[in-house]
Amino acid sequence: MDNRQKEIDNLKDYKYGFSTDIENIKAPKGLNEEVIKFISKIKKEPEWMLNFRLKAFERFKLLKEPNWQKPKYPKIDYQDLYYYSAPKSMKNKPKSLDEIDPKLLETYKKLGIPLQEQARLNGIAVDAVFDSVSVATTFREELTKHGIIFCPISEAIQKHPELVKKYLGSVIPTTDHFFATLNSAVFTDGSFAYIPEGVRCPMELSTYFRINASNTGQFERTLIIADKGSYVSYLEGCTAPMRDENQLHAANVELIALDDAEIKYSTVQNWYPGDKDGKGGIYNFVTKRGLCKGKNSKISWTQVETGSAITWKYPSCILKGDNSVGEFYSIAITNNFQKADTGTKMIHLGKNTKSKIISKGISAGNSDMTYRGLVDISSKAQNSNNYTQCDSLLMGNKCGAHTVPYIRNKNSESNIAHEATTSKISEEQLHYCQQRGLNPEEAVGLIVNGFCKEVLQQLPMEFAVEAQKLVGISLEGSVG
Amino acid sequence: MKEQLQKDFKNIIKNLNLSQKDIEIKKFSLNNFIDKGFPNRKEEDWKFSDLNQIIKKNIGELSFYCDYTSTNKVDTSVFVDGLEHNKIVFINGRIEKIDFEYEKKNQIEIIDQSETINKFSNNNSLSDLNNAFTSKCFKILVKKGYQLSKPLIIYHTCNSKIWSKNINLRLDFELNKDSSLRIIDLFNEASEKNFLNIFYNFDLKENAVLKNYKVDRSENKNVKYSFNNIEQEKNSISETFILSSGSNFYKNEVNCNLKGKYSSAFVNGIFSLKNDKHHEIRTIINHLTENTKSYQLIKSVLEDSSKAVYQGKIFVNSQAQKTDGYQLSKAILLNKESEFNAKPELEIYADDVKCSHGSASGSLNDASIFYLMSRGLSYQQSRELLINGFLLDVVEKITDSEIKNLIKNMIGIKE
Repeated sequence: MDNRQKEIDNLKDYKYGFSTDIENIKAPKGLNEEVIKFISKIKKEPEWMLNFRLKAFERFKLLKEPNWQKPKYPKIDYQDLYYYSAPKSMKNKPKSLDEIDPKLLETYKKLGIPLQEQARLNGIAVDAVFDSVSVATTFREELTKHGIIFCPISEAIQKHPELVKKYLGSVIPTTDHFFATLNSAVFTDGSFAYIPEGVRCPMELSTYFRINASNTGQFERTLIIADKGSYVSYLEGCTAPMRDENQLHAANVELIALDDAEIKYSTVQNWYPGDKDGKGGIYNFVTKRGLCKGKNSKISWTQVETGSAITWKYPSCILKGDNSVGEFYSIAITNNFQKADTGTKMIHLGKNTKSKIISKGISAGNSDMTYRGLVDISSKAQNSNNYTQCDSLLMGNKCGAHTVPYIRNKNSESNIAHEATTSKISEEQLHYCQQRGLNPEEAVGLIVNGFCKEVLQQLPMEFAVEAQKLVGISLEGSVG
Repeated sequence: MKEQLQKDFKNIIKNLNLSQKDIEIKKFSLNNFIDKGFPNRKEEDWKFSDLNQIIKKNIGELSFYCDYTSTNKVDTSVFVDGLEHNKIVFINGRIEKIDFEYEKKNQIEIIDQSETINKFSNNNSLSDLNNAFTSKCFKILVKKGYQLSKPLIIYHTCNSKIWSKNINLRLDFELNKDSSLRIIDLFNEASEKNFLNIFYNFDLKENAVLKNYKVDRSENKNVKYSFNNIEQEKNSISETFILSSGSNFYKNEVNCNLKGKYSSAFVNGIFSLKNDKHHEIRTIINHLTENTKSYQLIKSVLEDSSKAVYQGKIFVNSQAQKTDGYQLSKAILLNKESEFNAKPELEIYADDVKCSHGSASGSLNDASIFYLMSRGLSYQQSRELLINGFLLDVVEKITDSEIKNLIKNMIGIKE
């Protein structure tokens, strides 16, 4: 048996489906002011932060859950969730990796993220978030040398309140939509990164999210600020144990790029997708938004969405600065009973702004895939350009692929081009590959990887390899 | 508005001399409409064109009562010259004339069917409004195997007698096996500030061919909504062409249900807008069975602060393998204030299909203008040449040569 086959066997079922038996501190079940105060207190937050949360909660009470999206889901009882869960050993934060609960380290090792070794070998700074708290951040010293701040957001609230206060909620305000507002009220942890003026971040920054405890929602908040002329590449990965129930994950990610800065944000999302009959799995309702605030700034989103029972997210770019650039590269793969409604928004406000959208959707089994996007060129955004391409691939006649682009052009000097196609893998392509000795599954894997290549090559190297494998695995059993 | 509706409704009922059952149906529709009101931006289909606001802005207070008892004189000067045709004449919403002088009388049947209610799958409140207030509904039935020798022109005329009125029209067409029909909708309006609410229903049986041309050319300040439902059986063909230009607001909806194998639907449209006109075309093509085909091409030229919207949807259900669906929308924005919005949507549940859409919008190509000017044309001439060529593409899609020439003459496109 060759290595690849072994690997596939190894990965056939959701390999991150284990759960770690670890003692947890949880906030009382339910959503009310007390719980928010509890979270704020346990995080030792200053008063302005608590007020931020309470303000969001006030707003949340007025909002109605949206229902315009394509994938419908059973009503979530927001009072039946735990909004805070943390490994007990994290109550007093460990100073270094040596003090971390060995069980936790074990978990991350199983996930393929050995925090200790990583610290030495890999050259990627990792912030690991376990349920509601950040457990470890590696490579701190190296980063501090460059003046880069990379730490859990709860720590940043205490140590760098001026930055957090200035930027938190500036891209996703507390008055935003239902899930974003919920997050603003109850977010527990997440990553914070600040790249000072003129610094090119020497390594990839990375966050690894893990939902462990049952019945919890994970609400993390990420805030990345790239100051003038800086550059950062940020990676995000996610997994969760296999459980029969559906778990909610509602994160907020805010990116801010000042003059001449560039942020590259890559996600490989592999939350537990539920079993073959569509039972269980994560509801991934995430708000991601980037603001190109300064001139010549650039934000680029790359995402590989293979997991989650329902994915519902639209990483967006607000191109406010003149000459700013927004990019969105996406692969969304759905199999079995997974549902995805994903896409992007490109809001052109500044002059000479450019955006590019490449979206590849693959649906198999009984799944449903929707690309939903908005390109809006305002009347002041002279000489702006957008190019959109969304391609869908269907495997079998029980799945669906949909494209819902919204295109608004209010400026005569700007150009928008949009194209979309839907097709299946042609018999000739399959035949060609099989003739040369590949089995049908390998052939499909090859063709699909070719279909996705444009997006895959946008990912940082380490991620690209993982993503390529994931693409193959996600489509297991969908041929024939 | 509610009191106005109820008051006008009572007058209409008094005037129309209807059966009890009819009145019940109309009352039911009226109440539905009162509940829902005019569609507004909160409804997905009206996201880009808030009819409620548009009516408020363009018309203000609307009254729903029309006196359908007295006849109007048919003004023959509006009739199209140089093309022999059959006529239906609407004046102020009242059918004044149905004339199939060029056809065999026994092959066409005109049925008065005011009792049957209008039911469409994608309902909005305007169909309720239409049901409540239409005075008469005729069904035109073309018998098996009969192909009309001349086109049918439907004249919509409003004279200056009416003002701020809602006019509701409805026509049903049934094209039996192997029959064919060509229709031109012509709008000639001397009146201002009326809201026309028009519903057409076409039923195409096997091998039937429908060619449906809508021409809204003459400058007027009316608000119009037109809904076309086309049911298609095996091998049938429908062709819809829309020239959207004259009214202040005009929304055309085309809903095609391709129910029979090898049926096909073509929708082509031109927006040519000036001032602050706001027009929309919304198409829904439902591919419900195998081997069906649809093709859509919409082009817009937008001047001043005009606004065009195109919402096109191709739906393919899981039985509709081998579907071929194509959709393209292009817009030229000539002024800073003009705006083009598009929502080209695909909803696909079958895997062996070929579906694609494209949408592009932008300004006139500078390089092309330069090319023409360097060959001695003035800026104005080059601009006109480019726009003509851009629009000619759509006009050339018209398969009927007689009507193609007529429409070319109307918009002044030279070859």
